[in-house]
Amino acid sequence: MEPVIRFRGAVALVGRFPALAGVDLDVGRGEIVLLQGPNGAGKTTLLRTCAGLLPVVSGEAVVLGHDLRRERRGVRAHVGLLGHASGLYGDLTVEENLRFWTRAAHLELSTVDEALATMGLDGRLRSVTVNRLSAGQRRRTSFACLLARRPELWLLDEPHAGLDNDARDLVDTVIRDAAAAGATVLVASHELERAVSLAERVVVVSGGMVTSDSLRAGDPGPLAQQPEAHGVS
Amino acid sequence: MFRDAALVAAKDLRLEARSRVAFNQIAPLALVILLLFAFALDPARGVLARAAPGLFWVAVLLCALFAVQRAFAIESGDGRSDALRLSGLDPAGIFLGKVAAIALELAALEVLLGLGVAVLYDASFGGWVLLVATGASATAAIAAAGTLYGVLAAGLRVRETLLPLLLLPVLAPVLIGSTRAFEAAFSGVPADGWPWLGLLTLFALVYLVAGALAFGSLLEDM
Repeated sequence: MEPVIRFRGAVALVGRFPALAGVDLDVGRGEIVLLQGPNGAGKTTLLRTCAGLLPVVSGEAVVLGHDLRRERRGVRAHVGLLGHASGLYGDLTVEENLRFWTRAAHLELSTVDEALATMGLDGRLRSVTVNRLSAGQRRRTSFACLLARRPELWLLDEPHAGLDNDARDLVDTVIRDAAAAGATVLVASHELERAVSLAERVVVVSGGMVTSDSLRAGDPGPLAQQPEAHGVS
Repeated sequence: MFRDAALVAAKDLRLEARSRVAFNQIAPLALVILLLFAFALDPARGVLARAAPGLFWVAVLLCALFAVQRAFAIESGDGRSDALRLSGLDPAGIFLGKVAAIALELAALEVLLGLGVAVLYDASFGGWVLLVATGASATAAIAAAGTLYGVLAAGLRVRETLLPLLLLPVLAPVLIGSTRAFEAAFSGVPADGWPWLGLLTLFALVYLVAGALAFGSLLEDM
């Protein structure tokens, strides 16, 4: 089966700076992969590149069958990116935000109620403007937007940031359910204990390259032994 | 594309209705501009009535700058520009939606300014068909060019000062054409105004087509 993400020596630019300096990576359908590495290693850049937001200038980069060097805009409607920012309109209510982003993706609005209920936003909070929400409630709303859009590839940058323990557990459940339903998930996180228990595979990024690839943190599995197949740089 | 345009326009107008920036700040500013002209030019000599068409459109242009900046301010910050690029919306639809929202805000402003000109400048209106057609074409032209240059400036740090510098010279033909057409309508000789209306319509069409084609690329740098 064709991998969801296939990078071979991919170089991506942030401005004029090559923030990804030759990444090799294969990720299959339904996998949950943890991206690990120090600040500035290139984790966020890798996620944004997979989302088609950054130009790939050399190497091979194919996501969901879209060649990012030729048509990176084509992949965007199929991925969901949860970054550090919320991506929400502060003067719209929680429900209005979800309805807007769901309709923008040309999806049925029936997914909105389901996403609100899953993220515990179906009560009074659904009609509260985002400006009046706490940081954790905003994060849950962003997650609900992602959930309502049902992307094939989830790109999560510090998904647990700003959430209490219950909400973190909820997010982990949602991620596992999405992967079980066939979605592919890339998670960049510094919360290793939680993230490692969530992920099936740990990819270490450093200096804009993949430097290690193992089934679990500290447990180099058979994937890491096959650099050709799994892109260990 | 038109479905996406309607979605974006509805969202922008709802955000504007909630924030009330247009109602509480831009509309009062437009009236203050009219008042300042009324103080500066002596109404007794009839100068104001003669200059009313030009002053009307100068006030519209200045307020349009704020409306355009506002249309892109709501998309900047907190990851909204990334979300917009990832949304699956047709870039041409986003462009047309923003144009529609700005045009509707400007149309409401023009009605208010029209009342202000009638009361403060003692201007008499005639040639209603030409007035309405000119208003529609000029508004579409300002909104289309404003949206195109607005997204261009939105990606830059100096956007607040750069946008007027880029946009006002581009809109000079619109100011001239709409002023001449309004003068013809005000003076009761609408036939003199129709060629200017043609120029305004052509300008609007060129910027609507160019904007719809170029917006996707410009959105990448926002």
